[in-house]
Amino acid sequence: MAGDTLRGRVFKYGDSVDTDVIIPARYCTGYHPEELAPHCLEDLDATFAERVHPGDIIVAGNNFGCGSSRENAPIAIKGAGISCVIAKSFARIFFRNSINIGLPILIAPEAVEGIEDGDEIEVDPSRGIISNLSRSGSWRAALLPPEVQEIIEVGGLVEYVRTRLSR
Amino acid sequence: MFDHLHTIKIENMPFTIAEKILAAKSGLKEVHAGELVTARPDKVMSHDNAGLVIRHFRTIGAARVFDPKRIIIPLDHRAPAESERTATAHKSIREFVAEQNIENFYDIREGICHQVMVENGHVRPGELILGTDSHTTSYGCLAAASTGIGATEMAAVWATGELWLRVPETIRIEVNGVLRPNVTPKDLALFLLGELTARGADYKSVEYYGATIDSMPVSGRFTLCNMSMEMGAKFGIVPYDRETARYLEGRIDDEYTVFSTDPHAEYTARRVFDVSDLTPQIAKPHRVDNVVPLAEAAGIKVDQVVIGSCTNGRIDDLRAAAGILRDRKVSTKVRLLIVPGSRSIYLQAIREGLMETFIEAGAVILNPGCGPCLGAHQGILAPGERCLATTNRNFKGRMGSTEAEVYLSSPVVAAEAAIIGEIPELAS
Repeated sequence: MAGDTLRGRVFKYGDSVDTDVIIPARYCTGYHPEELAPHCLEDLDATFAERVHPGDIIVAGNNFGCGSSRENAPIAIKGAGISCVIAKSFARIFFRNSINIGLPILIAPEAVEGIEDGDEIEVDPSRGIISNLSRSGSWRAALLPPEVQEIIEVGGLVEYVRTRLSR
Repeated sequence: MFDHLHTIKIENMPFTIAEKILAAKSGLKEVHAGELVTARPDKVMSHDNAGLVIRHFRTIGAARVFDPKRIIIPLDHRAPAESERTATAHKSIREFVAEQNIENFYDIREGICHQVMVENGHVRPGELILGTDSHTTSYGCLAAASTGIGATEMAAVWATGELWLRVPETIRIEVNGVLRPNVTPKDLALFLLGELTARGADYKSVEYYGATIDSMPVSGRFTLCNMSMEMGAKFGIVPYDRETARYLEGRIDDEYTVFSTDPHAEYTARRVFDVSDLTPQIAKPHRVDNVVPLAEAAGIKVDQVVIGSCTNGRIDDLRAAAGILRDRKVSTKVRLLIVPGSRSIYLQAIREGLMETFIEAGAVILNPGCGPCLGAHQGILAPGERCLATTNRNFKGRMGSTEAEVYLSSPVVAAEAAIIGEIPELAS
């Protein structure tokens, strides 16, 4: 994924989007992206699953992904076709889970202020560059530490450990 | 040893408990907040989601787990299985623990994972413990550094015995004052959550000090460390003291290392509270930090009351609830669900006659487990219904319908609400 530029329409949400609304417990006996995706965010935004297109981007406020440790949450988001989540801040387990399953995430408070719902934006996750194509604005997100970046670049933690163990 | 000044300066640097434990578990002399380390946890815990961990473990392709003695698996979230899918997952876990010789497997009979961990000597001061559950922070009640991780990374730990962690900054919270009657550690936890907010401790380690904490039993400290997660904390730690030692007596027989924060260690924030005048607290829907004094929520009708969970399912919680319910009746308009935290708590409650009190009052007793807390089964709410629960989350849809509401309180407030059918105004 390194070097790939992502481009998509923005779904914008507020602060503290919790994992119970990202994917409610009633669907959490499932873990396949295709079975979780139709229910992604349905308790917060009932029409999200039908409106989302592959490559679209979620932009949110503080503490995105707070609550349960359920990995089904980033899997549901990735399964719905979301290419990247940009937030002012992330809850820590969601942050880790996203890295480990290979969902690009960026922390960029200023960018969140300058992007509205429905905007078209472009993101270069490996360089942390975010550009708003619908209105002027370009921002640079904080880059993840190189050790963590390496996990994302090989496609997640399972692949990272597989490679290490087979050496 | 101190062959030049630079070394001496570093050796004298003060460290926090989180820094000391993570240094010890990473094989490093010292680590500092903000650094990434590769740590080897002392114990790892997974509940029903061990089914998902096993799938990832198979994908990684490792033949054996790193150390079967360090892995603990209690089944509690959907126990007994509420669906064929869960039953299948539980079956795969039973097969896996047999295959990998994982002795510390607690089937559905035992209770809530965090309570089982603490009760059965799997938590010792100074340990680093990782669990695939957000409320793993609870083990800070025994001065351990413990936190929640995801299923994929747990599979990596099972395969390699190690995981990358960021060394957290530390917030110092000092609490002084004697809690008034009817004011419990849960009220303190809710109050602190309201003060610090749901992201006030994101990625941070929280250390608790002060006279109120010193005189609080491990069960109350459990509630505080459990709810630290709701402030976003990575660790919630009550430092080791005589109460820790008292609780551990008879539960563990081997030695452990006690870590304490050095004087002059660097805290990212210090908060001091006097709680002598604290009143019972309520978290209103749909945010855990939407906390108000009880009086501001009094009179709100409830359809269901839940007393239990890893937050408030211990024997003193049940005693407090029984004290309110004795010789009184649950409102005919309310379903009162009691969920003991573990089999041993359940048994103790029976021996003390608490269960008789609950059943006579009109409560429904559920088996020890997570039950209605996560909205998977056992007490799902209909649209328009309202629940007062001693659990830890009131997010929209948490306990069933997205058009239902969950309020959070202590067991004392919850028991009184079950009788009068509305959030009470308790005299304190």
